[in-house]
Amino acid sequence: MKTVFKKFTTMISAAVMASGLALLGTSAASAAGYPLEKPREQDWTFSGPFGYYDKAQLQRGLKVYVEVCAACHSMNLLSYRNLGDLGYTDAQIKNFAAEYEVTDGPNDDGEMFERPAMPTDRFVGPYANDKEAAAANNGALPPDFTLLAKARAPERGFPTFIFDIFTMYAENGADYIYSLLTGYQDAPEGVDVGELYYNPYFAAGNALAMANPLSEDLVEFDDGTASTVEQQAKDITAFMMWAADPNLPQRKQRGFIVILFLVIFAGLLYFTKKKVWSDVAH
Amino acid sequence: MSGHSTYKPTTGLGKFMDERLPIVRLVHDSFVSFPVPRNLNNWYTFGGILMIMLVSQIITGIVIAMHYTPEATMAFDSVHLLRRDVSYGNTLQVWHAVGASMFFVAVYIHIFRGLYYGSYKAPREVLWILGVVIYLLMMATAFMGYVLPWGQMSYWGAQVITSFFSAIPLVGETVREYLLGGYAVGNATLNRFFSLHYLLPFMIAGIVILHVWTLHVTGQTNPTGVEVKSKQDVIPFTPYATVKDAFAMVVFMIIMCYFVFYMPDYLGHADNYIKADPLTTPAHIVPEWYFLPFYAVLRAVDFNIGIPFTDIVLIDSKLGGVLAMFGAIAVLFFVPWLDTSDVKSANYRPTYKIFFWIFAINAVFLGYLGSRPAEGIWIPLMKASTFWYFLHFIVIMPLLGWFEKPLPRPASITDAVLSKASSGGASQIDGAAAEPQSKG
Amino acid sequence: MSEAHASDVTRRDFLYIATGAAGAVAVGGIVWPLVSQMGPNEREKAAGAPVEIDISAVEPGMLITVIWRGKPYFVRHLTDEEVASATDAPEADFRDYASADSRISAAEGADPKWAIVGANCTHLGCVPTKIDTGLEGWICPCHGSKFDVTGRVMKGPAPTNLPLPPYSFASEEKLVIGLDKAGA
Repeated sequence: MKTVFKKFTTMISAAVMASGLALLGTSAASAAGYPLEKPREQDWTFSGPFGYYDKAQLQRGLKVYVEVCAACHSMNLLSYRNLGDLGYTDAQIKNFAAEYEVTDGPNDDGEMFERPAMPTDRFVGPYANDKEAAAANNGALPPDFTLLAKARAPERGFPTFIFDIFTMYAENGADYIYSLLTGYQDAPEGVDVGELYYNPYFAAGNALAMANPLSEDLVEFDDGTASTVEQQAKDITAFMMWAADPNLPQRKQRGFIVILFLVIFAGLLYFTKKKVWSDVAH
Repeated sequence: MSGHSTYKPTTGLGKFMDERLPIVRLVHDSFVSFPVPRNLNNWYTFGGILMIMLVSQIITGIVIAMHYTPEATMAFDSVHLLRRDVSYGNTLQVWHAVGASMFFVAVYIHIFRGLYYGSYKAPREVLWILGVVIYLLMMATAFMGYVLPWGQMSYWGAQVITSFFSAIPLVGETVREYLLGGYAVGNATLNRFFSLHYLLPFMIAGIVILHVWTLHVTGQTNPTGVEVKSKQDVIPFTPYATVKDAFAMVVFMIIMCYFVFYMPDYLGHADNYIKADPLTTPAHIVPEWYFLPFYAVLRAVDFNIGIPFTDIVLIDSKLGGVLAMFGAIAVLFFVPWLDTSDVKSANYRPTYKIFFWIFAINAVFLGYLGSRPAEGIWIPLMKASTFWYFLHFIVIMPLLGWFEKPLPRPASITDAVLSKASSGGASQIDGAAAEPQSKG
Repeated sequence: MSEAHASDVTRRDFLYIATGAAGAVAVGGIVWPLVSQMGPNEREKAAGAPVEIDISAVEPGMLITVIWRGKPYFVRHLTDEEVASATDAPEADFRDYASADSRISAAEGADPKWAIVGANCTHLGCVPTKIDTGLEGWICPCHGSKFDVTGRVMKGPAPTNLPLPPYSFASEEKLVIGLDKAGA
């Protein structure tokens, strides 16, 4: 029966390899070789099979977002009520939301009116629409933040992308954002980036339209954490990851239970099969 | 179905129904007493796995459609609100998306198993052709399903793939407009793709029934390629195949769950987390991994085909690429007649076995090339790899049948099993001597 | 193998039962999410949070309809005559008697003059129409059920009174539907 098991293992690895190999293209080829530098891999609380979000970190990240990023970037798919995930109470969320104005209506007179935002409202963005956002930023539309941590994934390359299956590496987007935010530098000699800002970690060129948004002590953290650029970048990245994948910890816990059960089930079926087949040579 | 029915109703109700609607008899004959070769290996479990995948895709699909809005301005948000706000929405949506990929993993293993063991040869030509039809329908379904989340890759994938049809001479543009329901991919396209994406899986299910029916008429192949000759060669489907398939399905599910729960985005495109934007094409458009080999074939044809030494173009590069791509699938229909050898299993065809593995590696490589940009060294490699793909089917397969000297085959399945058992381990001999039918 | 030992049989039975049980668990694990997803989603639940209504502009005799959890509710500011007629009506007039006091209220310290009732008929869910003449309340356009000004059923087929939602008065001018005084 050992041979059967061996056959199965080869089969499984074949299946995994087949899916993996054929997958080479999923993160797409970077034709011109951008980003110039691969994202620097960081330790994240949300990586690995038992990944979770650090609420204190998310709260710091929210502060960075509100005080820095929200001037240009929207978070369209997020509602204020979602901030409960960060450990805020209903009253805190209500107060937080009330600082924003939303247009509601029409009222009984047929007119639209402004009212304070409620927890059920979506995050109020800095601009009325994409055209206004682009016009205010020299034509470069600041991307929405909600899914950005999942929407950015520089190519991992062969054979790294195969190892990624086994190391459970899924933090490509977070590493990218962190690297970009901490990766601004002076353009090297002879490289003219015009109106843009040089950054070797940028995925679509050697420079981008956004100036370095972070600086030492730009945001004062309520929990007394030293406000370095690295800290700010790390916290806003974690916050963005949460925004993009709020169910991540739940998903991973669920996965652990399901897979554990399936392994036991497979074991039982294996022995049942062995028993059933014991009277037949095959 | 092959052979007479052994079902005997025992209860009054059973007898009543059996004379009017013998559905229990049908199930009994198809999935309980149905005789299967005793020597099937684990590669033969993928048919059952595919059945489970189809059911799983239909059920999760029906469920997530309850939360989906097929309208261009709302589709993207509705998918993400499903993932965020619906109880188990995240799991169900990812299960459906990853499930599509795993469906193709299973179907490719199933197809290659068929190619290796010659499962398409007489009398199973119709069985094979129905399988290719299922594969085609799966591709159409997967493509249209991928458009529904209305992300960047959805939109531009739809743009590129529907442009295939504009390659048809004279009426191409009109055909494309009728497919899209407009001059460009838009709300009308999304609506009809949703409608068809809901319909096609049920058509697949219908053809699967025919596929299984033909299988049950001809009986299954087996690794020896020798047809079933006696009752000694077969065992009843239940419990033997049932428990074996169940084990394989659960192992397959473990792999699938690993992706669903830990790497849900690994099999997809990051760009699909960006809402469709008709004004901005993503830097690198690649189809889902399961289409990559055909995408490489499409791009391998970058030249016009005309009459040599004149400027007359018969087939321009666009039409040529599309024809080559459809040809790469169409050639599968003719495999039963392209393979001229009457030996089924590659185990007894030493030369074919080598070419089979070259073909398999080439197919995977073709997939890799599909993910590469059409530039530099990749273009000649795409051409070479595409050339080999067609060469294998059109030249190597027919010629091998005439020139290859097959190895001696066992007289029967039982012979093969017993000789393996005696060389593999003495403990198996006792078991082999037992009459398997008595345990059914 | 045909003459199996008793212990062997037990072991085999145990294996089969355990496998079968695991299969049942698997089926349950599949069915549960499929059922669970049918319920109201998080957005729907959040939208079911209490709604605050400014009632300062609702004069006696006026009726406004407000929406809470997607369902309409009548908020009726009763005139003095209406309150008197409801209080004086004999028990025999009603199919599902409840005292008028139990169905009229107001902010603390103010005269109870507000009838706040669900606007779906307890028969089959249609929205009753206000009767503009006399002191009667509503009549249901679907099957003719009749309600008084406090929503008590006077004539069938509706079996029970229009239901009272959980509500409270945050102030004389602000009504909260979805949250009663106890905070539930």
